[in-house]
Amino acid sequence: MRVERIINKRQELVPGQNTDTGLLDGVIRKYSGKRGIMIPVLQETQKIYGYLPRETFLRLSEELGLNLSDMYGVATFYAQFRLSPVGRHIIRVCHGTACHVQNAQGITDALEETLKVADGGTTDDGMFTLESVACLGCCSLAPVMMIGDETYGKLTGKEAVKVIKNIRIKEKKLPI
Amino acid sequence: MGQTRVIVGLGSCGLAAGAGKVYEKIRSLKEAEDLDFKLSKTSCSGMCYREPLVEVVDETGWYLYGGINEDIAVELLNSHVANNNPVKEHIVCTDLYDTPDSRFFRQQVKIALRNCGRIDPENIMEYEARGGYEALKRIIDENTDPRSIIREVTDSGLRGRGGGGFPTGLKWKYTFNHKSTEKYVICNADEGDPGAFMDRSLLEGDPHSVLEGMIIAGLATEATSGVIYCRAEYPLALKRLDIAIRQARERNYLGKDFDISVKEGAGAFVCGEETALISSVEGYRGMPAKRPPFPAESGLWKKPTNINNVETFANIPWIMRQGAAEYARYGTEKSRGTKVFALAGKIRHGGLVEVPMGITIKDIVFGLGGGIPGDKTFKAVQLGGPSGGCIPAWLADTPVDYESVNATGAIMGSGGLVVMDETTCMVDIARFFLDFTARESCGKCTFCRIGTMRMLEILVRITEGSGREEDIAILEDLAGQIKESSLCGLGQTAPNPVITTIRYFRDEYEAHINQKRCPAKACKKLLRYEVDESNCTGCTVCARNCPVSAISGERKEIHYIDQDICTRCGICYLKCRFDAIMVT
Repeated sequence: MRVERIINKRQELVPGQNTDTGLLDGVIRKYSGKRGIMIPVLQETQKIYGYLPRETFLRLSEELGLNLSDMYGVATFYAQFRLSPVGRHIIRVCHGTACHVQNAQGITDALEETLKVADGGTTDDGMFTLESVACLGCCSLAPVMMIGDETYGKLTGKEAVKVIKNIRIKEKKLPI
Repeated sequence: MGQTRVIVGLGSCGLAAGAGKVYEKIRSLKEAEDLDFKLSKTSCSGMCYREPLVEVVDETGWYLYGGINEDIAVELLNSHVANNNPVKEHIVCTDLYDTPDSRFFRQQVKIALRNCGRIDPENIMEYEARGGYEALKRIIDENTDPRSIIREVTDSGLRGRGGGGFPTGLKWKYTFNHKSTEKYVICNADEGDPGAFMDRSLLEGDPHSVLEGMIIAGLATEATSGVIYCRAEYPLALKRLDIAIRQARERNYLGKDFDISVKEGAGAFVCGEETALISSVEGYRGMPAKRPPFPAESGLWKKPTNINNVETFANIPWIMRQGAAEYARYGTEKSRGTKVFALAGKIRHGGLVEVPMGITIKDIVFGLGGGIPGDKTFKAVQLGGPSGGCIPAWLADTPVDYESVNATGAIMGSGGLVVMDETTCMVDIARFFLDFTARESCGKCTFCRIGTMRMLEILVRITEGSGREEDIAILEDLAGQIKESSLCGLGQTAPNPVITTIRYFRDEYEAHINQKRCPAKACKKLLRYEVDESNCTGCTVCARNCPVSAISGERKEIHYIDQDICTRCGICYLKCRFDAIMVT
């Protein structure tokens, strides 16, 4: 089964990670017995874990009576849901029309090279996840990228790389 | 003597430009120095290209300051607020004299955006002070018959602003005619179209107008509850909707007879389509369904459902208050009223504008938008996003109304208007949109799922210099078949960008295919990088940065690029400090 295969592969990538499904108690209480809950349930689950771990599918399916295959269908249909853990910083490079005509690809290329990850991937140290998004809606500042809540506008590839380097430096100074 | 007011624009675009820091700075200074003025927030006024914006209103007049950072904010307070001495060089607009930017506002007619940038969206009282909820109160007080509400909306000539252009009054009538104890009104705020942000600005800037419009629609169609389906990518809009709904409940505009809930979309472009949206609200994959039955008969939970777009709803309270005739005064015979456009791309004054229908593209691009930056030439506008098409510069006199725009092969769409100049490659733009639709196709219809993928492959091939002579004919053939064999709007319109670019820019396709040349110099694989011998100083920077070691040359001697090894990555061009790399 496709679910099994993909999820097993993912878990090998993150050794020693055990998911505490107890965190789902609130979600289950809130949505139990209601209709049209699949998307909000998955959204709240992702808010808790940062992604959708395999164990959460199993527990949610059991306790809320959701069909496992429907859940997987929804989780893979919508762009928002992730089946693997993400880095501490999510870099979202806007590829809307306005950013595209102002060379957003150059930013993604530069970041891919610096971070040594493909679009959608996470760096080995778990620090950054690089993503392309459709439109952040700051078209007048194109090209744009967003890291956390901070938006960086009118970028070049070089400036984007600089932002990443600064975050790296800052992180290293933080006590562990 | 009125107290001076300082208003900071805190829409998403303003925040991205740093308005949050400006607001904090002003707030902390006001507290620290105990300054006497009223500080408030508002949302986007549409002038995104000048963000962050700060307004100062004092007894002498209204001043709009643009491009404000923390330092300038301090200067503003010290000079203008404390000493009544306006800081002229940062004034963008004022009611005292004309500035180059005055035109931006003067040519607009703000109906849907009437409150955006004028009120604090998180304060219902400011909405009420500008006539908000008056229309609703009158309808309730006078116990207006649903049929008369529908007649008023029909008479106004308002058509669906989400893109389809279906007459709103007629849609309401269909839902009204289907009797049921359970009926729904849905607000489509799933603005997935890349390059469009008017719904976001409206929800962030004036959420109550959308709520009021929905409540009126609820009364007109005898609906029992409302749902707003909003993109999760719009956190600020979601937050402000939440606040607005809470405030509207406190004042009993919402509550026992009709309540509104918000559903967060999870990111799928196809959910802009009515039946897909309903499926998503029900919690499933957003797959469109066959129509009929239309949602007006069997929609959410199989009950009669009326779906309108954010901008459509925002127009309703104004129409009910000012009357259908007043609204119909604007626009053209068949396209009444105004339309909001999001101006972006290669344009000086990017932002949000609301203009009467029938205004020409040229007026929007050059009048409001201020033309093309640099000394570049205007080439085309892309209207309607991935479902729309490109309108070339020589058709810039086309009036913007549903019929005229459709005649060019583009569609009005939700109102994203991306301007392109001579450096934009039209084949690459077609590839960009196809890449988007191919990825967003839900996969239900074969032609949409596989056909868009095949078209994309051909377009990629053309932009990479491996185009074949028969490719244009294959693209046209596929385009026709996808349009005919797809169930929903996504597939039916997905080929539009390709069809219009072939129609208007066939020569560019031919240059790519026959001469392996990109006239706009945008398709990287078709470029040739060469060293300009007169400028090369032999500094070796290009050779050291070349990822494939295609550049050779001794220090202080002219360098040479081996075209067989070169991957056209363009790094040497970016790194060279002496303008010695030529692109041909």
